Amino acid sequence: MSIEIQKLHKRFGAFVALDHIDLSIPPGQLVALLGPSGCGKTTLLRIIAGLEIADRGRVLFDGEDATRRHVRERGVGFVFQHYALFQHMTVFENIAFGLRVRPRAVRPPEASIRAKVNALLDLVQMGWLANRYPSQLSGGQRQRIALARALAVEPQVLLLDEPFGALDTKVRKELRRWLRRLHDELHITSVFVTHDQEEALEVADQIVVMNRGRIEQIGSPQEVYDAPATPFVYQFLGNINLFHSRVHAGWARVGGLRVRVPEYGDTEHAPAMAYVRPHDIDLLREPEDDDTTLAATISRVSQLGSLVRLELIQSPDGEIAEVEMTRERYAADPLQTGDLVFVKPRQVRVFLHDNPSVAPPMHWSGDGDGI
Amino acid sequence: MTPRLRQPSVLPGFGLTLGFTIGYLSLIVLVPLAMAFLRALDLSWDQFWQAVTAPRVVASYRLTFGAAFLAAAFNTAFGLIVAWVLVRYRFPGQRLVDALVDLPFALPTAVAGITLATLYSSNGWIGQYLKPLGLKVAFTPLGVIVALVFISLPFVVRTVQPVLEDLEAEVEEAAASLGAGRWQIFRRIIFPAVRPALLTGFTLAFARAIGEYGSVIFIAGNLPMVSEITPLLIVGKLEQYDYGGAAAVSVVLLIISFILLLLINLLQRWSRMRISGETAS
Repeated sequence: MSIEIQKLHKRFGAFVALDHIDLSIPPGQLVALLGPSGCGKTTLLRIIAGLEIADRGRVLFDGEDATRRHVRERGVGFVFQHYALFQHMTVFENIAFGLRVRPRAVRPPEASIRAKVNALLDLVQMGWLANRYPSQLSGGQRQRIALARALAVEPQVLLLDEPFGALDTKVRKELRRWLRRLHDELHITSVFVTHDQEEALEVADQIVVMNRGRIEQIGSPQEVYDAPATPFVYQFLGNINLFHSRVHAGWARVGGLRVRVPEYGDTEHAPAMAYVRPHDIDLLREPEDDDTTLAATISRVSQLGSLVRLELIQSPDGEIAEVEMTRERYAADPLQTGDLVFVKPRQVRVFLHDNPSVAPPMHWSGDGDGI
Repeated sequence: MTPRLRQPSVLPGFGLTLGFTIGYLSLIVLVPLAMAFLRALDLSWDQFWQAVTAPRVVASYRLTFGAAFLAAAFNTAFGLIVAWVLVRYRFPGQRLVDALVDLPFALPTAVAGITLATLYSSNGWIGQYLKPLGLKVAFTPLGVIVALVFISLPFVVRTVQPVLEDLEAEVEEAAASLGAGRWQIFRRIIFPAVRPALLTGFTLAFARAIGEYGSVIFIAGNLPMVSEITPLLIVGKLEQYDYGGAAAVSVVLLIISFILLLLINLLQRWSRMRISGETAS
């Protein structure tokens, strides 16, 4: 089933949660709503589900207006961050719930309820836990039961609100791979909310990046990572280095460095920020000519598993930058704290300051878990 | 393997607090109760049996336990509604209503009894409208129930309220998204979740109602065989210096109460077990 969101608007008191959202989700896709907390992603999901009512705008399922349809009649499966399992029912009864509450006329006979629940238990690989109670299960198991429960009513749309948010890292990784495989099997149109960029990049067909009630970018994981449409997307997906810059007639100047920016050919003397990913930087021992390098001193070297992270202080103005390289590359030329190096970015994106969604300048964003 | 009294634990003070608990309970609860039993032992078996099985006494057991049960059951249903309204909705004067619930705790029971008797007597504010309907409340067993409902109301409300507050809205949303209607959500989700608390509230209300004396004697009319409660009968025996008889009836009251409370506790444990899936230990 396709989902179409038209001009959706929602506010809570003075807080604008959703500001004219337009979004169209083709059938059978797995879409991630990605953004920091408070960006409106959960509100959007709950409006699609019918758990929240929009102030303005429409929600269409397969072209049919479902804006006023009650959650009961929408045919959506909803999975909550904290599972919301029925504590007083066994795993089996939890999954059977959606079938048992059907009106008598359309309720399947007991035998087919049993068959269906058992099939779902097999699907989520938990047949041996059918008679346990939710409190006896681990977080990962609970979430799989919650998913099986949602699937029991054969929803046209599956909505997941931070489904792995309450789980520890290892289980989270396992479950999201499993969710991807499950989706490849079932092909239900699915939307999941997450604040974890890694999760979105790994699992989703399409990522909708949201910020402050608006959509910043819609695209495949590769598109949003490689070609961020806005500074916000750049910052939110992956680590970055930020450099103060000035743009003039198609060139951006970052310290002593000059970068060609043809998209700003008509811009004159505008303040800007240059964005460089830590893994898009080469470190040279000798300067190159042609204004392509920046001098810096290494202030810190940390080994992070397969990566080595170097912290640099730029020579003229003391701005801090981060560089990541593989262990092998580091081993070829093991730079030490205090060494003088020359920074050569392989890829630079420049955004002008007057862009409304530019975040306040900072040297580099968090450590990768996306705020 | 013999069970060990003292389990290794990081929590300090097990010996001290257990000693205190047992000492305290003995002083406050067990010693006075033991006195009643000792007093009852003054009687021979025949005297004891006669004292506790006299028709008038048996009638009073029936009224005391019957009225207490009905009052507690009534409050279980309506206390749940009151708690529901206080937890789920916001309305002007809510704090006031919330505070009002505790009032039966604070009011001297005699005041409650006199007030209720005045209200429900055949020319009282409420009683005059009930009279044409053929309903007589004051000075009948019905009056006893009314008084017991009044004094035991807070127990159910106060035990159910926190449980309702803890009940996540998400669970109800999940049920709705699975196609459940309002009534189905209440019957299959909310009610099972509050059932242990309801049972606790019922137990407390029931226990309180069994022992209630002050408010009932003013509204009951205290007709032997009809509207006389056991606690009043005990007081009556004391006033006639029949200490042995009073103790005997008290002992029977105690034993029946204890058995009933024990049964409810077992029921409660079973009910809770179904929620957490714990095994009995």
